[in-house]
Amino acid sequence: MSEIPGDLKFLKSHEWARVEGDGKVTVGISDHAQGLLGDLVYVELPNVGDTVQAGNACAVVESVKAASDVYSPVSGTVVEVNSALVDKPETINEDAYGDGWLFTVEIDDAEQLNELLSPDDYAELLEDEDH
Amino acid sequence: MTQKTILNDTHRALGAKMVDFGGWDMPIHYGSQLDEHHLVRSAAGMFDVSHMTVVDLTGARTREFLRHLVANSVDKLQKPGKALYTAMLNPQGGVIDDLIIYYMSEDWFRLVVNAATRDKDLAWIGEQAKAFDVQVKERPEFGMVAVQGPTAREAVIGLLRDADRTPVSKLGRFAAREAVTNDGITVFVARTGYTGEDGFEVIVPEAQTVAFWNALLAAGVKPAGLGARDTLRLEAGMNLYGQDMDDTVTPYEAALAWTVALDEGRDFIGRAVLEAQQAAGVPRQMIGLVMDEKGVLRHGQKVLTANGEGEILSGTFSPSIGKAIAFARVPAGEPGDVRVDIRGKEIPVRVVKFPFVREGKIQDGIA
Repeated sequence: MSEIPGDLKFLKSHEWARVEGDGKVTVGISDHAQGLLGDLVYVELPNVGDTVQAGNACAVVESVKAASDVYSPVSGTVVEVNSALVDKPETINEDAYGDGWLFTVEIDDAEQLNELLSPDDYAELLEDEDH
Repeated sequence: MTQKTILNDTHRALGAKMVDFGGWDMPIHYGSQLDEHHLVRSAAGMFDVSHMTVVDLTGARTREFLRHLVANSVDKLQKPGKALYTAMLNPQGGVIDDLIIYYMSEDWFRLVVNAATRDKDLAWIGEQAKAFDVQVKERPEFGMVAVQGPTAREAVIGLLRDADRTPVSKLGRFAAREAVTNDGITVFVARTGYTGEDGFEVIVPEAQTVAFWNALLAAGVKPAGLGARDTLRLEAGMNLYGQDMDDTVTPYEAALAWTVALDEGRDFIGRAVLEAQQAAGVPRQMIGLVMDEKGVLRHGQKVLTANGEGEILSGTFSPSIGKAIAFARVPAGEPGDVRVDIRGKEIPVRVVKFPFVREGKIQDGIA
């Protein structure tokens, strides 16, 4: 399994959030999640300006074998989406924590971040899933 | 209880991701389902299909029994080694399973049926066979490897002893024969498959299946998983039992009319319903769809046509075409402008003839 970057926070449902420091949070799916899905062939992103709610589905990633909802780890307004993924969804397979990011949210309430899992907690969760 | 084929440890050693498939622990891919798909279209790949059920029927009245059991006519099988694709039906005309019948000799026919339907198939065949005094024997002591792709036959033939190379290379489509490998393994080689590519399906004694697989691997044939097998067979326009048809669907409603022989005076199970359906008009049809917009067609999505609603049966992203393709069952008649409901949006799709892809080529009108 690849290294989990230390600056990320996670949802149990395998989304990650990176705090960008200016009230913005970038969201993606974990390397573990892309591995479970297999080769990704389609991504449905939210629109810039959409309001998203923490824990609600706001994007879809589809591999050859399955479609999976992506839940937003935080509430806020979408300020940027990774439209390069529309033509190259496989970028998520190649670099889930980097170029494979999905969208950026301007968050309503920074407190919400405290409810997310730390990298260590997430790693532990994955270990438990393996058993 | 999960069952394992003799190649289970081999798959794991090759880095396969394993999944449950009809009660069997099987490889879905060995890294990339897409790469495996393209490899079969461009060169060759091999699939472990040892989970499939081999059943031997023996007895003087076996041919007569098969005339009664299946919808296609076994009288098309006139030379030992020839094979026939067909369905066995219930009295309501519904498909119990699809299968391949190999004609070995007049008192011995071999069936290969689906793994997921093993129990009900064996029960049904056993019940029907009694009246014909035909013995039904499952042959679990065999493994099976499908080697598929434009270079697949060459790879298999290269493993055979000299004397068997020419006869095996001369096998026609849907024909099979026994052969012996360089290592002295007796195998049953059939020029059949489930990918739309040329190739062989090889039945190997279980004790030698790992050695046979490893010999193919050494000859440069890469393994491919069930994921690629599914996208390849759908592109090839081939049905999957349980998804595209089942015991509530007749062959006519599953685009399998070509496997039904209404030959004079042959009283096969389900025939009366098929004849009635033909006379009255088949209520539903199976059609092929291509979606030009981005997204993926999936099993269970609602399909809207001029004649009412239907649903997606098998649907996937086609790696060869780069678009979503599907089979759908919809009401009979000209379907008009067809749309598919994907997460509440109605996306237009095109109705096309299938196969979508055959022998590496995207068919006309598909892309």
